Amino acid sequence: MLGRTFRKPESRSMYYKAFISDLDLLGLNSLALVTVISVFVGAVVTIQTAFNLDDPLVPDYYVAIATRESIILEFSPTIVSLILAGKVGSNIASTLGSMRVSEQIDALEVMGVNPASYLIAPKVLALVFFNPILIIISMFLGVLGGYVASMGGVMTVSDYVYGLTVDFVPYHITYALIKSFVFAFLIVTISAYYGFFVKGGAIEVGINSTKAVVSSSVAIIVSNYMLTNLLLV
Amino acid sequence: MIEVNFIHKAFGDKEILKGIDATFFQGKTNLIIGQSGSGKTVFLKSLVGLHEIDQGEIIYDDRALGALNNRERKALRTEMGMVFQGNALFDSLTIEENVSFALSMFSDMSLSERRDRADFCLQRVNLPNVHKQFPSELSGGMQKRVAIARAISMNPKYLFCDEPNSGLDPKTAIVIDRLLQEITQEFNITTVINTHDMNSVIEIGDHIIFIKDGTKAWQGTGEQILNTDNPEIVDFVYSSRLFQRIRENM
Repeated sequence: MLGRTFRKPESRSMYYKAFISDLDLLGLNSLALVTVISVFVGAVVTIQTAFNLDDPLVPDYYVAIATRESIILEFSPTIVSLILAGKVGSNIASTLGSMRVSEQIDALEVMGVNPASYLIAPKVLALVFFNPILIIISMFLGVLGGYVASMGGVMTVSDYVYGLTVDFVPYHITYALIKSFVFAFLIVTISAYYGFFVKGGAIEVGINSTKAVVSSSVAIIVSNYMLTNLLLV
Repeated sequence: MIEVNFIHKAFGDKEILKGIDATFFQGKTNLIIGQSGSGKTVFLKSLVGLHEIDQGEIIYDDRALGALNNRERKALRTEMGMVFQGNALFDSLTIEENVSFALSMFSDMSLSERRDRADFCLQRVNLPNVHKQFPSELSGGMQKRVAIARAISMNPKYLFCDEPNSGLDPKTAIVIDRLLQEITQEFNITTVINTHDMNSVIEIGDHIIFIKDGTKAWQGTGEQILNTDNPEIVDFVYSSRLFQRIRENM
């Protein structure tokens, strides 16, 4: 399927239109969800870390370091991608599955359009392009959530801000972005596979959408371990 | 003209098409009839290349479908139009975008030229004021006409219709049948229609092929089918009380 997906487009303008539409559907439409989750998880991570490091020998700014590293290394790239696997993955699988059972994919084929390329390639490009942006926004908002929590009294705001700057390793951002590229590719291709090859009717579309979410989530978790081993160890 | 030579198609152990020979003529409405499950849809989808056949050959005006490379097959497909049983309209696109989709994909036409062509096709199927609506906002008969407009947008040489009347009331079904026949004659298209609707057979059947259990059991014209003594055809054609009464009065 990948071979058929990445072929020369029949019409650049039509593919560009599909790319813009997918950017909106898969990327921009996920922004609100990512915002809410990131702010609240950032706040909760800060409060829980402060609670667990409640020791006079540990300086308060360590809480901010732990929050920053948790969000940059794991929460934003991995957990947000897992959430997107549910939202975006089920959307892709059910859309393509519905198109398959209603013969819209056959209609494209009879017209001479390469349906795998026209329907999947713009989605892959859209999410691979937009997922890293979402992840950067999530990192910023997660840290902001911690800031808001620090204002609530778990630590001083100045300790929190100071902690954010201590021992900061820029490579961790690169590591997170590499993961987000890989995860975006996995989410779209796995979900598209399950949607594109549906056989049957509405029930099978539902079954395959569930399979798409489960499979892409497992793929994210396994590849997360492999990438971490490869890039951080 | 489309020639079909001894084609076979099986799914696993189940053989659906068992060596069908047929010819479909240009400028005529060629009908494939037969009971549900006789292999009509598999036959039609094999003709357009949606199913790869196991044996035999399909020849489009001296071009054997199986011998074409990817590029040639794509080029051939731009000469085809197809109306699917469930219409298969793209539900995220407006009617105008649906009709002009293939033009946007394959032609060098400007936006205004594509709009004019879409407008012409929609006028031709008597749907003048639906350009900005979405498929879900139209009735079944109107959706069918949009599907026909989309199928003729590229000036096809070959038009395929899978059960164009399914789900339509008798009056709308006749409107669709006559529209298909008019378009076939007007644009000199080789039209192949899958149907089990006997009204369509009598109304527009220039050339008819009867399929039973994956084989061609009979062929002839709309006139001949009413007078044949072939027991399988008689059993199929006169299965309804209405047609039995007609036969009694013939």
